[in-house]
Amino acid sequence: MEKTFNNKAWFMVLPVVLLVAFSAVVPLMTVVNYSVQDTFGNNQFFWAGLQWFEEVLTSERLHDALIRQFIFSAVILALEIPLGIAVSLCIPKRGVWSSFCLVLMALPLLIPWNVVGTIWQIFGRVDIGLLGATMAALGIDYNYTQNAAHAWITIVVMDVWHWTSLVALLCFAGLQSIPDAYYQAAKIDGAGRWKIFRYIELPKMNRVLLIAVLLRFMDSFMIYTEPFVVTGGGPGNSTTLLSIDLVKIALGQFDLGPAAAFSIIYFLIILLLSWVFYTVMTNYGKGEGR
Amino acid sequence: MSTAVQSGPSRINARTVGMTLYLLFLLVPIYWLLNMSLKTNEEILSTFSLWPQHLTFANYMVIFTDPSWYSGYINSMIYVGLNTVISIAVALPAAYAFSRYRFLGDSHLFFWLLTNRMAPPAVFALPFFQLYSSVGLFDTHIAVALAHCLFNVPLAVWILEGFMSGVPKEIDETAYIDGYSFPKFFIRIFTPLIASGIGVAAFFCFMFSWVELLLARTLTSVDAKPISAAMTRTVSASGMDWGVLAAAGILTIVPGALVIYFVRNYIAKGFALGRV
Repeated sequence: MEKTFNNKAWFMVLPVVLLVAFSAVVPLMTVVNYSVQDTFGNNQFFWAGLQWFEEVLTSERLHDALIRQFIFSAVILALEIPLGIAVSLCIPKRGVWSSFCLVLMALPLLIPWNVVGTIWQIFGRVDIGLLGATMAALGIDYNYTQNAAHAWITIVVMDVWHWTSLVALLCFAGLQSIPDAYYQAAKIDGAGRWKIFRYIELPKMNRVLLIAVLLRFMDSFMIYTEPFVVTGGGPGNSTTLLSIDLVKIALGQFDLGPAAAFSIIYFLIILLLSWVFYTVMTNYGKGEGR
Repeated sequence: MSTAVQSGPSRINARTVGMTLYLLFLLVPIYWLLNMSLKTNEEILSTFSLWPQHLTFANYMVIFTDPSWYSGYINSMIYVGLNTVISIAVALPAAYAFSRYRFLGDSHLFFWLLTNRMAPPAVFALPFFQLYSSVGLFDTHIAVALAHCLFNVPLAVWILEGFMSGVPKEIDETAYIDGYSFPKFFIRIFTPLIASGIGVAAFFCFMFSWVELLLARTLTSVDAKPISAAMTRTVSASGMDWGVLAAAGILTIVPGALVIYFVRNYIAKGFALGRV
């Protein structure tokens, strides 16, 4: 669509800018402020330079949490994107069943995150949970509070349970935009199921898939509540992801300086990655002649 | 399976089986919570059964009669409602500006808004606590509502912009020729055209505000404590109160299920942020 150039449009954007400035820029400046200062209490601060950044950047703890975080996000994307595509292909195209499936699928997305954690915490317990009891009955020594591998599997399965529907719903929206004529043409050409998927459905899903990857990556990268409720970061530090570690430092130990430096590094990583995604996304849109 | 093969093409059946398995995977953990909420604590801990042997609604009665429980729901509802209204109100004109005009720094502004959607709440927890304490808003509903604007306003702008771009610009121009003023045009003609978009955006604001805990918990202590934070205190002298915890969990699922029913026809498009 042709847009007219008009700087008066700024007046319409102004409320958003003011509101977001209040709720984002002011707190962010506080963080920047803390990251370069030190305190001995009593609200007396003095300049500390880049000391906290050096401390945080060289700390083993942050490196480990960062590595865990990248592994977690990579595993989540590798599982949820293909599974979401597969599920979206299974949703009935129209009719009552379609709505029924959509409503049921969206259900996990609307459960408060700590309740999601609670559900899986209970579900996985050997004494009162169905999953834990089933595992025990099968002779598997399943215990997510003591075995790091089991803890990891539990939070990954939980995240797949929680968010795959989002990917599936996005892909379904993409699939719905394909006109019937495409399928008829494919039928006339004698295309098989795989060819239909590869040359008709997948290209049409590309844009929504990008949104899906973007959202899933960002949200998995800042996940906090669910794993915190289930494992509390343990056993040991095996499921301490970045946000959990940050909250431990900031609100648990009240180490303002390191926490602030940590926050800024964390935010910069996300900013960089979201810029990459955003650029890819908008350039892709242009390529299609949007 | 043999009957299934006879009754139709196998592709349809593979789909049905896949869908059924996926829905089972989604619903079994929720069912387990429901199952637990209808049992007494003794039954939860002593016997293992797939359905309640002695059906009881005592756990729900605890929540509906104890003010420290049900006020949690009321608090959550208030700040979620406030947040949805604020987010939509400020996002509507902004989204219109982004969808209709080019202006100085528009793409930078749009990206900057999006970065706030990507900002980890953990980064903002402590500064928010200090900011809202210093302006005397700590432990109020409006504080949580404003804090959640951090990620809901960008999202609302993004979704609404997608829906608005789908409305041809000729409609605006025709309305102006017919003598409509801008506010009149916006309310009488434009808003009804993007009603589904507003519904979807409101749904998303509701959803992300409803499910968020970290900020809501950090910014409240007693008066505006959300239900999800109230759930963290079910440890009593005799151990965990599993039944009440499960009942509280089930009750947090209900509002979401109700809201989703109303937007079910737009859900797919909404999740694609109006960009399909």
